[in-house]
Amino acid sequence: MRIHPRYTQRLAIAVLGGATLLTLVVLVFIIVFVLEKGLPVVSLDFLFSNSQDMGRAGGIFPTLIGTILLPLLAIMVAAPLGISTAVYLTEYSLETRATKVIRFGTDCLAGIPSIIFGLFGFIFFVTTLSMGWSILSGGLTLAFMILPTIIRTSEEAIKAVPKSYRQVSFSLGATRWQTVKKVILPNALPGIVTGIMLGIGRSIGETAAVIFTAGSSLRLPSSIFDSTRTMAVHFYILAREGISSENAYGTAATLIIAVLLVNMTAYWLMHRFIAKRT
Amino acid sequence: MLATAFSAISALLLIALFIINEGLPFIFRYGLNDFLFSSDWQPQAGKFGIFPMVAASLWVTLGAMVVGVPLGVAGAVFLSEFVPKPVMRVIKPTIELLAAIPSVVYGFIGVMVLAPLIRTYLGGPGLSLLAGSIILGIMILPTVISISIDSIQAVPQSYREGSLALGATTWQTIHMVTVRAAKSGIIASIILGMGRAIGETMAVIMVAGNAVRIPHSVLDPVRSLTANIALEMSYATGLHRQALFATGVVLFLVIVILNSVAIMAIRRRVAKK
Repeated sequence: MRIHPRYTQRLAIAVLGGATLLTLVVLVFIIVFVLEKGLPVVSLDFLFSNSQDMGRAGGIFPTLIGTILLPLLAIMVAAPLGISTAVYLTEYSLETRATKVIRFGTDCLAGIPSIIFGLFGFIFFVTTLSMGWSILSGGLTLAFMILPTIIRTSEEAIKAVPKSYRQVSFSLGATRWQTVKKVILPNALPGIVTGIMLGIGRSIGETAAVIFTAGSSLRLPSSIFDSTRTMAVHFYILAREGISSENAYGTAATLIIAVLLVNMTAYWLMHRFIAKRT
Repeated sequence: MLATAFSAISALLLIALFIINEGLPFIFRYGLNDFLFSSDWQPQAGKFGIFPMVAASLWVTLGAMVVGVPLGVAGAVFLSEFVPKPVMRVIKPTIELLAAIPSVVYGFIGVMVLAPLIRTYLGGPGLSLLAGSIILGIMILPTVISISIDSIQAVPQSYREGSLALGATTWQTIHMVTVRAAKSGIIASIILGMGRAIGETMAVIMVAGNAVRIPHSVLDPVRSLTANIALEMSYATGLHRQALFATGVVLFLVIVILNSVAIMAIRRRVAKK
């Protein structure tokens, strides 16, 4: 028996719509669940007091510092590298074999799982360069990890700067470098910042790459050669070793809010950037 | 400028070099066959067979595909073909935002919500292959949906109009024309999701149970390749540590191959346009 196309269509819409709804419900549930359980724990005192008894009591202040320092260091290293790669790819090169290799390398690096970055950071920074478990090792490992994100978004942002801007700059006698510095980069800035924010967001939530390179010391670091613990690692340890589910929820809620804020800022910037361009 | 332009590719090569340098000598010494296909993992006794972990990684990834791919592709088709554009402009960034939720949080939800449900209604310890598959399936949804939507939207409007003009219904147009035209992009999204599932570590450690044995049912606890590295890395020394790096080499190669295939698929689509 052949079913009338009109009924198959209705069936298809129901099934597809159901699947979409299920997806959204599950994803929203995850956020709501963590925030509902975690937000009551979060307070100024929780955020700004030291951890006691392995995190069983007290706040998460040292992990807050770790969570700020590691991404900051990663960005300081990855942003100059990533942005100059993007400038080279868009302004200084024609599509050649070299640019294809660079693009392929970037795409490939983007797909490497974080545990591999962790292994690499451990053997390269921690052991071979004897930086030990430190903010420096962790930050540099994260820099490797977020490099592709920054290259890709910067490249898109630079490409979106209209050709006429470059032509005007050249016709006024500016060199290529002057054009890049005074015309292209300022105009591409919001897009580049988007990439940086996405990189920060990814660094904040990272666990596997950080735990083997920055360690998990709960003490306040006094220099970048000290070990530290990020919120994500702290949450992982609290949850996995069953130290305190209350503090785990609190840390998770803080973590999610931080990640969402950073990423929403990134999308907002991108949106404004696109709106301005079209 | 030229020097920094090669930063990403040098980073990739540096990573490959150090992981391989640390892991490959071990594989040669221990024997590739014994390393990959022996089920005996007893680091204290000098036995390093990773077959149970290879099997676990494959099963968990397959499970994640079974959960994530139909939901993801269905979602992408529905959002791009049946939902009004303004609504979609809100929903797509929201779904992409969910890719940013840290994996430990997904793992935690698995432990607190999913595992107890499985334990109560299906039996077994709860932390299992099934729990790992479901959590990973959910985690790859944003990747699959976002890239699939991009490739479905890249199908020229004239294809749809041609099909509709021939009297096909919207659904017939979708499954006979649009989805077929967007095939390579959808496949790329699935492969990238697969790469994410194989490489995921923290969430799998938390929900899959971590027992080193070949699973006989979906309710058995399993330990993936990634989990094996992360669980033992903190205290491993000498040969044991080299064996973990060798596990990393296997993982690295699998991921690079998967990524290359996905990148090629996406490139081909762009080239065709």
